[in-house]
Parts: sequence; structure tokens; C-alpha cells
Amino acid sequence: MKTDELIAFLSQDLEPARRGMVLRWLMLGLTLGMAVSALAMMTMLGPRPDLHAAMRGGAFWMKFCYTLALALLGFIIVQRQASAGADSRGAIAALAAPVVALTLLAGSQLSAPTANSAKLLMGDTWIVCPWLILALSLPIFAGLFMALRRLAPTRLATAGASAGLLAGASAATLYGFHCPELAAPFVLIWYTLGIAAAAGLGAVLGRWMLAW
Amino acid sequence: MIEAEAQYRDWMLAGLAGDAAAYRRLLAALSGHLRSFFARRVGPNAAEDMVQETLIAIHTKRETYDPGLPLTAWVYGIARYKLIDEYRREKRRPSVPLDEAPELFAHDEVESAGARRDVEKLLAKLPAAKRALVRAIRLEGQSVAETAARTGLSESAVKVGVHRAIKSLQDDVSGDENR
Repeated sequence: MKTDELIAFLSQDLEPARRGMVLRWLMLGLTLGMAVSALAMMTMLGPRPDLHAAMRGGAFWMKFCYTLALALLGFIIVQRQASAGADSRGAIAALAAPVVALTLLAGSQLSAPTANSAKLLMGDTWIVCPWLILALSLPIFAGLFMALRRLAPTRLATAGASAGLLAGASAATLYGFHCPELAAPFVLIWYTLGIAAAAGLGAVLGRWMLAW
Repeated sequence: MIEAEAQYRDWMLAGLAGDAAAYRRLLAALSGHLRSFFARRVGPNAAEDMVQETLIAIHTKRETYDPGLPLTAWVYGIARYKLIDEYRREKRRPSVPLDEAPELFAHDEVESAGARRDVEKLLAKLPAAKRALVRAIRLEGQSVAETAARTGLSESAVKVGVHRAIKSLQDDVSGDENR
């Protein structure tokens, strides 16, 4: 077919395009994935028994804010990576802010005179924490990949990694309602590890699952 | 370039709203830039397929264009993606600059049937041997080495032949214009 004919073909019977599709697909994927993950968290893990008491303390919200900040930045990056031509470098650089803030807090907790470093760093659940976060991220991951496949990511590994980051950080936010740990060093190491694992998985899978 | 961006963006927005005429003008204008972009990277033969693939991608993914962003950057992103895809298929090492959007709109090649006809008319004025060289290298995009091997000429003879032929064609064209 000649290019002129192709252009004529593409522009005949042109329907008005639906607007805001990037945001709509991503929100749909995220919401569906979060619903499945939340259900899995509540039925298989359950909230921590002392959730109400914990929610009155600052440590619980420190953890919540950390994972939520990563999730929000993840969402901005995914949204920019979902189509061509948007610059996500600023949002990627901004990821350093919550990590640095938590590192400072973790440092101050570890340097307190009464600090029990082993307890602050490893808690009681370090061995399951990153794995459970990664597992809870999978439904969200699936929802976001489903959305991205309908959009136009042009940097597949980056788009996949940002979807993994958003899935991991959202899963970690949900996991925070189950997890008994409240020490900043623990969150910094093991939560971040679980989220980073989800992002890494996304980068690997993105290369072939997001191609169009 | 900046005017082109504003014009193309207007056409794109009208096209997204359902204006087929504006959309058609946009695709026609973009195809010129894309043809030049791809021709310099994969050669003129493969370029036309890539232009068509990219136009189809622009069309099927048009809902993902964010009107708040430059259209140039969006089109370049898609063209770049298609180029990397092509390199991957050819097992070449993909290395395409991330941000060369302005460069995309700096060049334009319109392949119209009329232009092609004029070239053939001009070529007819050349001696047969030179005509074959110009056609092979400038129109069909064969390499100097290939053409040299095929015609039995040395590479430098091919280069000089093409250069002289193009020179005499240019003289012809400007002569036509001066008359």
C-alpha cells in the first residue's frame, strides 16, 4: 500500500478520540489490583491484632507515609511512562527524598543510647517481610501491566520498573496494616527491598510483556 | 520548527476531536518528517515501511497523546520506539538518542508521484551509465561498495560518476529555473 493511501485510509471515518485514557486505564488497573491485594491481605494475613493501638502512635504513620510517598511518585512515573514524550526524570529523582528522610530517622534511632541495633534492623519478621510485599504486589502488578498494554509505553524496561515500583509501594502500604514492625531501620531495609524487588521484576518483565 | 509544532498540535487536537481533514493534513506532514528521519537511519528502502508502521502506531495510540505536552516529543518517542524495534529485529545494537525531538521536524521529504516523475525526466538526460549509477545510489539507496561490485567500477569511480551526474542535473534544474 502506498503511504498516501494509508493516510487516506487512517483518516477516513475518523471517530473523536476518548480523552484522559492514560489516567483512566491506570486507575482501573491500580484499583482492581489493590482490591485483590487488599482482600488477600485481609483473608490470608489479617490486620495486626493491635492495629487500633498502633494507629495512635507516630511510628505506624511514619511507615505509612514512606510507602505512600513511594507509591505516589510511582504513579506519577508510570503515568509519564505510559505514553511517549513525557519526561519522568524529575519524578525519578524525587524518589530519593522519602528514602533520605527515612534514612535520617533510622540513623537517629540507631544512634540512641539505649538502641538495640539487632532488633531495630532485623525485627522479628525480616525473613518474610520482603517476600510478602512482593507477593502482595503481584495482583497490582498484573492490573498495571494490563493497563500499560493498552497504552503506548516506549521505554519498556523503565515503564515496567515504574509499574513494579507502584505495585510494590502500594502492596507495602497494605502490608503495613498487618506488619508488627515499627522501627525505621527495619522499614528502610526490608520494605525498600520488597519494593525494589517488585520494581526489578517489572523492569525484566516489561521488556517483553509491554512490547507493542 | 516551533511554528510546525504549533500547527501540527492544532491539527492533532482537531483530529482527536474528529476532524478528518485536519488529521489527514497532520499525517501527511508527519510522513514527510518520518521518511527523512528513517531514511537517514535504515536507508530509503526500509524507510517507507517504517513510515507506514509509525503512522499506524500514531493512529492506534492517538488516545495516549497528552495535549499538555509537545506533539513533537510524542511523535519522536513513537518513531524512536519503532526504530529500536526495527534494529532489534535486525539484531543491530539499538542506540537511539532519547531526546532528539527537534531534529525530527528539522527535515522533510515528500515522496510524491509528481516529484518522482520529474526526477525520471531529468535522469533521462544523462548518459545511460551515469543514469544507472544515480538511480542505484541516490534513488534505490544502494551502497557505493555494492554498486561498484555490481558494475565492475572502482568505488572512487562510482563516487565521482554520481557526483558529476548530480552536478550536471543540478545545472540542468537551475538552468530551467533561470529561463
